[in-house]
Formats: sequence, structure tokens, C-alpha cells
Amino acid sequence: MTLNYISGAEAVIKALVDNEVEVIFGYPGGAVLPLYDALFENKKIKHILVRHEQAAVHAAEGYARSTGKVGCVLVTSGPGATNAITGLTDALMDSIPIICLSGQVPTHLIGTDAFQEADTTGISRPCTKHNYLVKDADKLCEIIHKSFEIASSGRPGPVLIDLPKDIQLSNVKYVNKISKIKKNYNNNSSNIDENLINKVATLLLQAERPIIYGGGGIVNSGPTASKLLTELVDTLDCPVTLTLMGLGCVPNTNKNFLGMLGMHGTYEANLAMHNCDVMLNVGARFDDRVTGRLNAFSPNSKKVHIDVDKSSINKVVSVDYGIVGDCKEILLALVQEIKKLHNQKKIKSKTKWWSQINHWKDRDSLGFKQIGNNIKPQQAIKSLYEQTKNFDTYITTEVGQHQMWAAQYFGFSKPNHWMTSGGLGTMGYGLPSSVGVQIAHPKSLVIDISGEASFLMNMQELSTIVQYKLPIKIFILNNEWMGMVRQWQELNHGSRYSESYTASLPDFVKLAESFGIYGLRVDNINNLEATIDEMINIKGPVIADIRVEKEENCFPMIPSGAAHNEMILSSDDNNKDTSNEGLALV
Amino acid sequence: MSVYQKNEVVEVKTSRTLSLVVDNQPGTLARVIGLFSGRGYNIESLNVTEIDEIRNLSRISLVTRGTSNTIEQIKSQLLRIVPVHIVRDLTLEGPFIKSELALVKLVVKGANRVEALRIAETFRARTLDVTLSSFVFELTGKPSKLDAFIDLMRSLGDTEVSRTGVSAISRGDKTETKLLDQI
Repeated sequence: MTLNYISGAEAVIKALVDNEVEVIFGYPGGAVLPLYDALFENKKIKHILVRHEQAAVHAAEGYARSTGKVGCVLVTSGPGATNAITGLTDALMDSIPIICLSGQVPTHLIGTDAFQEADTTGISRPCTKHNYLVKDADKLCEIIHKSFEIASSGRPGPVLIDLPKDIQLSNVKYVNKISKIKKNYNNNSSNIDENLINKVATLLLQAERPIIYGGGGIVNSGPTASKLLTELVDTLDCPVTLTLMGLGCVPNTNKNFLGMLGMHGTYEANLAMHNCDVMLNVGARFDDRVTGRLNAFSPNSKKVHIDVDKSSINKVVSVDYGIVGDCKEILLALVQEIKKLHNQKKIKSKTKWWSQINHWKDRDSLGFKQIGNNIKPQQAIKSLYEQTKNFDTYITTEVGQHQMWAAQYFGFSKPNHWMTSGGLGTMGYGLPSSVGVQIAHPKSLVIDISGEASFLMNMQELSTIVQYKLPIKIFILNNEWMGMVRQWQELNHGSRYSESYTASLPDFVKLAESFGIYGLRVDNINNLEATIDEMINIKGPVIADIRVEKEENCFPMIPSGAAHNEMILSSDDNNKDTSNEGLALV
Repeated sequence: MSVYQKNEVVEVKTSRTLSLVVDNQPGTLARVIGLFSGRGYNIESLNVTEIDEIRNLSRISLVTRGTSNTIEQIKSQLLRIVPVHIVRDLTLEGPFIKSELALVKLVVKGANRVEALRIAETFRARTLDVTLSSFVFELTGKPSKLDAFIDLMRSLGDTEVSRTGVSAISRGDKTETKLLDQI
């Protein structure tokens, strides 16, 4: 027999190469040894050994989000797979394309409670876009090719492939990737039609108080979508605001950009959302962090929603027009139609709208007073931005106050440069994510803006960073509190700070040194700039322990259960007790 | 309460019959059911069987209840599931037939045996099993007819019931052949 049979494991690796995988993040174990054996021989895929499987998925997310490619993960059975679940859920919530290969006990042992057996497809079913358990070696290649198609098409998401060890060891005939797969794996066919585009374009042109609100879908659609969105904003000369996931889609320097909206968005963005007459949502999903109290959300506007996922339309907010499809195609059609109509119809004057918005801007909702020598966390981010804006800078964050301050005070001029856990809100996301980003962009400046509590959640990845000599800068806003928890306890629970103090912190400088990397510490505002400069100029990885004002709160804020027009700009504004409904909200 | 409080329109919840064509493979049913439990929707009746051996397809007939918004969400969410190919809302599409089969065991002695047989005959139930102290009846038809029959049987003696759940199909010459060919 001279047929080209190879082992299942070799077929898996070959299929990954065919699907243009260059990097895989993983951790070996008993059930994936054949795959690791196949990787050993392979020169085309670089394996990055993480220190925890959750970190493998976050690293792949950072890689995927910063490149637009599919991120790839390899974990073993049982604990390897269960550890990956948080990462997979994170990727599902934020629509990040991930392929996760997990080992499984051999098929004849499935269901016997074998060593390191877990019902991985059962556990991961609700936290993946799709998953497979490969029971038939003949279907192996086809399943892998399909998985890449599923993960990257439509609304992207994670796909898990569970690979029993005997399948990895069996002989299979390699099947090539079919150049074009006919089936639409997302079932939601686009409904773009001229009539609809014309109606929406007319609506936007005739609006007196329009606003565009963009989200992460624009990033997923690719850089063209961001350019088209900016073009649309400039053509209409209308205000634009972005969600946490959408930051960078319109350059922060664009004069029409009002900053982020939502719970910690700017006053002008939220008030403009509340008072607009036409709202165009591009690639966002009316998340509860964005809408505030739903029955008071933008009460007098006509709403248009563009989304690739039909189920996002009318899910929480009823809209007047829903357009299903890839936002770059829809934006292109919309921009062309508006330019065409523009010659016939005059755009309504927005002078009054803009003067109203400028009036809101005058409240300076992101203003803060840097008094004394203590470093205000806001100032730390502002300085970091000022000193890094001439570099090709990628920012990752963990979750909490530091994340919101980063979103508020760091300016993003391009998409794909901002990696954060939005939907799931996973503390410990930023450090492993920065690993993936730095692997994808070895020459760029990658900074993990972190809080001391979040950093502790995945700090084992320092070891990965050191192993691969990744010059990641870890910028810890250290206030010795789980700051956002503390803030909510202050605002909603009578300042009873139950278990939110981060006790027994390590000495971060010594921690850095123990890994053989640089550690810096600063606690005086006068030394902040010098410290940031030093951090940037050091060639290797750095932990910068930025000791900030301990009880600073993150404002402006829409208190839970409140509406866009009920924002508070400081603690002094918080004179209303949170409603019972509000207390129940997260 | 804010001045912006909208008047909440109390929407009527109605019963809807959905007909799904899905891949006949392990996990598909779990995905469909997981969607309902995970997102807090109701399943009133569920029926699953293979319908196409060559293409390896199954049909899920499903009765759910909700406002029209909820039902639209359910349909869009179902379509996101990769092995779900077709989701049809039979209630919305037009006239359709809903049928169910019930097996009803009745433990009964004495005069009530005659009454049980008389009722069974009125309902056109078939008698599948007879002993001196029991019957097993088979009855098909609308769920409401089955309910009525079972209620009557319960008043005659100890019963045990097994029902298939609703199976449904649209009336007229409309078929899914074209949709199926696209799979």
C-alpha cells in the first residue's frame, strides 16, 4: 500500500497549516501527547507554552483580536479542557474567532470516568459557537476545515474540537480544504436591499439630532469597516460614540467623536444618545452596560441597527430598521447612497444639535483634579497615553476601574489596538492576552494596563513572558483594592467594604526581579513621567507598580438601574439612593 | 419613576408550533434544549425523530409559548445553532395539522370496564392490550382530544399515560424540498 496515510495527529497539524495557523497557544498533557509529537516535527507552527489553559485561550484572543486572524489553542483532556472554559466563554461573549483543540480519552473509554476524562463537549456546548467530538477518524480533516469556517464567518466565535487519543493515533487519509464551502454556517442571510438602504440613508440625512453608535462588530468586520464608518461620520457631520469593544474604530482625534458611551461613558455621549432623534447602531448589541435602564433608553429616537447576527436585532431594544449583514458591506452601501442623495437633498442643519452637545462637553465629565503628590489613576493613564502615542501601541487590560480609566483616558486612533474583556468581564484577561498580542506584533509596544487584584489572577504568565523574551510592559494601577467592587460597596452598600481589600500583596519589584525582569515603582506624581519613560525604554519586559490614590472612584457613572440622563459626575452627585431594582443589577 | 417611563404594553403570550430540520447527530438536541433552558424560554411539547436517513436529518416539532418578540428571538437564536438548518413557524405560516399519540393504561374491574370501552369507542381509541384487570388504549389526534380522553379514563381507575408530544405539518402542497436541497 502506497497510499498517503498519516496519523490523525499529523493530519490535525497539517490541517492547521492549511488554515494558515502560524501560532498555537497550549499546554501538554497525557491525552494530547500524539499531537505534541506531531508538533515536535513541524516547522510551520510555533507553539507557545503558557502556564495555565485559561491563559492559552486569552492569549489566542489577544492574537486574534489584534490581527483579525483565527486564534488557536491546544489543551489536554479533563482539567486542561475545564480550565479553558472561562477563556472560551470570554471569546463567545466578545465574538472572537478561536479554535480550541482538546485532548480526550480514547473513544472506548469515553463514559467510564477514566483518568482525566471530562464531558468536554457537554461542558463547552453553551460557551462555544459550535463544538465537535471526533469519533470517526475519516471525518477528522473535514471537521477541522469546517471549524475554521464556523469560527471566522458571520458573528465570529470559539469552536472546540475534542480529539480522543485513539483518533490522534489512527491512520487517516488527509483531505484538503475545499476552497469554497457552500453552506452558510450562520443561517442568517443578509437582508441588504436598495430600498432599505435608501430609507435609512434618507432618515440619516433628514435627522436633526442624529448619532452613530459603533461597537466591536466593526473591528470584526476589518479595518475597511472602520474607515467607512469614519467616512460616514464625516459626510453626515454627526456625532459618533463607541462602545468599550469598538474603541479605535473612529480615531479619538476625530472632531465628531464624543468618547465612549455607557456606564462609564462621557456625559456628552450618553446625553446625546438620550436626546437624539435618529440613532444608528453599527455592530453593537445594546448591552446593559450601554443602555442603562431600558425603559428610559433614548426614548424619542428612531433606531437603526446593523448587525451580522439576526438575533441581536430586537433582542433588548426594539428598532425601527434592522439590517442584517457584514457591516462593511452595509456601511459601503450606506455611504454611497448618502453621497448620491446628498446632491438632491440638503442635509439638515445640525448647528443647534452641535451647540447642545458642546454645552454638555463643557461639563468636562472626565475632568479630575491632580492635587498633592499622590498619583491620580486618571493622570497615570493620561501620561501613559501622551508618552506612548507616537509608538505603534497595543493596549490590553484586565477588568475593573483601571479598565474603565484606560478606556476613558487612553486614545485609540486605530482598530485592533485595544484588547479588553467586555462581555464576560474576565479579571486576569489582560496579561495572557498581551502575550498573544506581542507574539503577533513582536516589534510593537504592548502594554497590559492592570490592577493589582486582576494581575494576581493570571500572573503565572510572567513565566511565559520571560521564556519567549516578550518585551511586554505591565502597568499596574495599584490601589490595594478591588477598586470597582470597593466603589460599588461605597455607592450601594453603605461603604461596608466586605472582602474587597487586596491584602498580602507581593512586592511587585521583587516579583519582577525574581523572574529576571525589571520592576519599577512610583508613588509620587513628580516621578510618574520619568518612570513611564524608563518603562518604555527598557528593552525587555517590565512590571511598573504605579501606586495610585487608593480610594479614587471611576466617574462619570450611570448608577445601576438609572438612565443615560441620570449620570453622576462625582460622589457628591450620588444623593439618590439606588432603587431596589438597581441594587439587584450587576 | 422617571418621566420617560414608557407605557408598558402588556403583550399577549401565545402558543406557537415550530418545526425544525436538524442534523441527526449527538448533541443537536442538547443544543436546542440548552438554548431554551439557558435563555429562560419554555418548551410545552417536544418531539424528535429521524426523517431522512440518507441526508441524516431529523425533525424537531416543538410547542413553545411567548410574546411575538420572544418567539422571534427564539427563532433567530435557533438559527444560530450550526446543525439547525430550517426553522419554520407553523402557527405563523398558515393552516397546519397538529397531531399526537397517547398510550393510556387503565387498571379497572367490574362495571367500569364496559364504560371504559364505550368511551374508547367514542374517541376511536384502539385497544392494544387487554387483561382481566386492565386495558391499554392507543389514541391519536389533537392534544386537547387526548387530554379529554385521559381525564375520563382517570375517573375510571388507576392510569398510566405515555404521550409522544405534538408532531406537526403544514396543510396544502407546500414542502421543504427546495430548502432541504440547499443544506
